[in-house]
Amino acid sequence: MPHIPLPSHLPGITGLLEYSQDTADPIRELTQILLRGDSTLSQGERELVATVVSHNNECTFCTTAHTAAADLLLGESVTCEMVKKDIDAAPVSSKMKALLKIAKLVQQSGKAVTEEAVSIAKAEGATDLEIHDTVLIAALFCLYNRYVDGLASVTPTNPEFYEYLGERIVNHGYNRLPQGYDHLKK
Amino acid sequence: MAYIQIPEEEQLPGIRGLMAFRPETAKHLNELAEALLRKTDNDLSKGDRELIATYVSYLNDCLFCQSIHGAAAQCYLEDDGTLINQVKQHYDNAPISDKMKSLLSIAASVQKGGKFVMPEQIEMARNHEATDSEIHDTVLIAAAFCMFNRYVDGLGTWASKDPESYIPRGKRIVEEGYAAYDPMKSLVK
Repeated sequence: MPHIPLPSHLPGITGLLEYSQDTADPIRELTQILLRGDSTLSQGERELVATVVSHNNECTFCTTAHTAAADLLLGESVTCEMVKKDIDAAPVSSKMKALLKIAKLVQQSGKAVTEEAVSIAKAEGATDLEIHDTVLIAALFCLYNRYVDGLASVTPTNPEFYEYLGERIVNHGYNRLPQGYDHLKK
Repeated sequence: MAYIQIPEEEQLPGIRGLMAFRPETAKHLNELAEALLRKTDNDLSKGDRELIATYVSYLNDCLFCQSIHGAAAQCYLEDDGTLINQVKQHYDNAPISDKMKSLLSIAASVQKGGKFVMPEQIEMARNHEATDSEIHDTVLIAAAFCMFNRYVDGLGTWASKDPESYIPRGKRIVEEGYAAYDPMKSLVK
């Protein structure tokens, strides 16, 4: 049960964002720019960053939702599973491996990111903007994961819920649905 | 030197340099700070909110954020730095309300991870008359500073070690807030 009363038809993050829309708006806008805005990193690659951080923060809701989004964007589910288990063995570019490792360091703490980890990413061709966005996406998911679990929002267990949510964030992005969420009330 | 090339880096420490590097994301980060730390629709004052931000930034060992938000908290709470230090060292002994102590305990758990927040902590806060919205805001402020702190330190930005140097920025936060902040306009030409 959530620590505060949240709309029961909106589990996970959505109920929290509806509970406090003044704070939700900038969080949504920031996410939309970072994960869906113009970038030299693909949307799938950016979802991998979100997933690996959520996985290491042991946030089941965010990990499952962003895995679903990454799988849809990449067109397969092997890469995301491998990234969670062993970045070096995953079928992603050397640059992505270096960026995902930076994201994992950010998950531990800001201070855990070393000059060496950043140099490796640069040597693999990562730009300053890619490094910046990777760090900020990783930091943003440290916010989301704590928000979702810190208030004990509901984590659905049925896979269909995450299939639906993955499709929603792939097709509609991260801004609030124009019609709101009343249509999800049973 | 930060890990990425920051414009006017010597004049723009911490998040200020990062905001100059990427104004598109800066805009929403500032709007979030404004909504979380300046808009109060419950009994958590702006000073209380800055205190939570300062404490979480201290636990994350982020010198820039704990200094800036500590300076803002000092201004709001008319403190010379004594209270802020007491809270950092051992908030249970600090002259703050039992409600604030119970909320700081929740913030400290959020800093470790969302799952560290226990139902007993929420119950304790409620026993000290914390409302749902105050508990929500505490968790989100703590979670947001786990983002801000990682952003600032994860990109290797610099921060002054002199606590006095943060006081003017603290005063400006109190007077002007976050929403309209533009790092490039703060440069000394």
